[in-house]
Amino acid sequence: MTETTLSHPDNREPTAFTQDELGWLPWLEPFPVEELTERHWSGLVDVSRAKSPYFLLLARDPDVLQARTKTDKDIFYNTSNGLPRAERELAATATSRANGCIFCASVHSRFATQYSKRRADVQRILDEGVETDIDRRWNAIIEASVALTNTPIAFDHRQVAALRAAGLDDLEIVDVVNGAAFFNWANRLMLSLGEPTPPAKAQLV
Amino acid sequence: MSTIIPDVIDHLAGIRPGSSLDRLRDQRPQARENAQKSYLALFQPEFPGDVTPLDRYAVATFVAGLHRQPHVAEFYAADLKTLGSPEIAATLASEIARGATEGPYGRYPRGPLTIEDVEGPDYRISEDHKDRLGVRLAAAFEHAHLLVLHPRDASPAALQKLLDAGWSTTDIVTLSQLVSFLSFQIRVVAGLRALAGASAVETADAKFPQIFTGVLASGAV
Repeated sequence: MTETTLSHPDNREPTAFTQDELGWLPWLEPFPVEELTERHWSGLVDVSRAKSPYFLLLARDPDVLQARTKTDKDIFYNTSNGLPRAERELAATATSRANGCIFCASVHSRFATQYSKRRADVQRILDEGVETDIDRRWNAIIEASVALTNTPIAFDHRQVAALRAAGLDDLEIVDVVNGAAFFNWANRLMLSLGEPTPPAKAQLV
Repeated sequence: MSTIIPDVIDHLAGIRPGSSLDRLRDQRPQARENAQKSYLALFQPEFPGDVTPLDRYAVATFVAGLHRQPHVAEFYAADLKTLGSPEIAATLASEIARGATEGPYGRYPRGPLTIEDVEGPDYRISEDHKDRLGVRLAAAFEHAHLLVLHPRDASPAALQKLLDAGWSTTDIVTLSQLVSFLSFQIRVVAGLRALAGASAVETADAKFPQIFTGVLASGAV
């Protein structure tokens, strides 16, 4: 079988970071829904993810997808202790902003706003970039996420000291590390397997 | 393959059972367990498709090398050697040296973010090494370099090169997961090592009670 990439010549890719809800189009054919087996459904974890072309594409390797998704959920949703959800989303947003993933940044900046109620501060990270000055605690989380995102990795005792000075304990620092590291996984998949589409309301114009 | 390592991130970060980092990682048990399951699904897959163990360990060694994490690169290179490809190690070392640079760089879709575009190299494997590794693995290296260092330059054309080199759509998903997972694993390891190092410094400074000194002496941070 000859396989080719998919192209979307009519799509007007978003050209700025936004908290609006974007769509996403795959560059490779997702796994056909009608051919999903038990193993694929397990890989998707949530039945609703079979509606997403992104997850259906990743379902081509279902065992990796399942482990990826369960890693993701525990890092972000297990808030019985540790870093508040808002600041885990902040780490995801800063990482996505640094790597340049407009789609990931849109999703996780919305979550950061939802949980922190600080829409304007979140928007400044999107508009001005990761160098922007918010406050000591957010700056430390943003800087740590970016240092961990850089190649070679620049995260060392200085970022740990800044996070501690900003009031984070070691479990909260592990949450920052996990959140930023995970988005170095997610950004690369999202950026390299497809492209974002404009918010629904802009598409009508 | 390698001796049984129950948790590769612990192994690479030097985390001992019962240490404070071990207990901290246990607070996110699903993340910990599934990071390991991701590793197993990528390096000991039940359904490997057409992605060979050589492909997987060679790309992993290259990715760790590009991150300039020699202990991680050596971990994957050790498995590569057991696959009976001694000459590949020298090829890899040379390509890591050619490909290593600072990231993330790359371009945005033309518009207001264009002023943030950062130029960087478009890595191509040397012709010599392409012959030695074969077009398929050579294409995987070039794609891995893109994903590690300038993922925002990704394009359908980059995927088409993989298809043209013999990668199927499903195998491209596996390759993409492999490189992206390693970008995660390597950062968790680096982050935990930095935290352990900072704790060691702080503990020594504060002349903490014997219990911590004991932990330090045993290296079990």
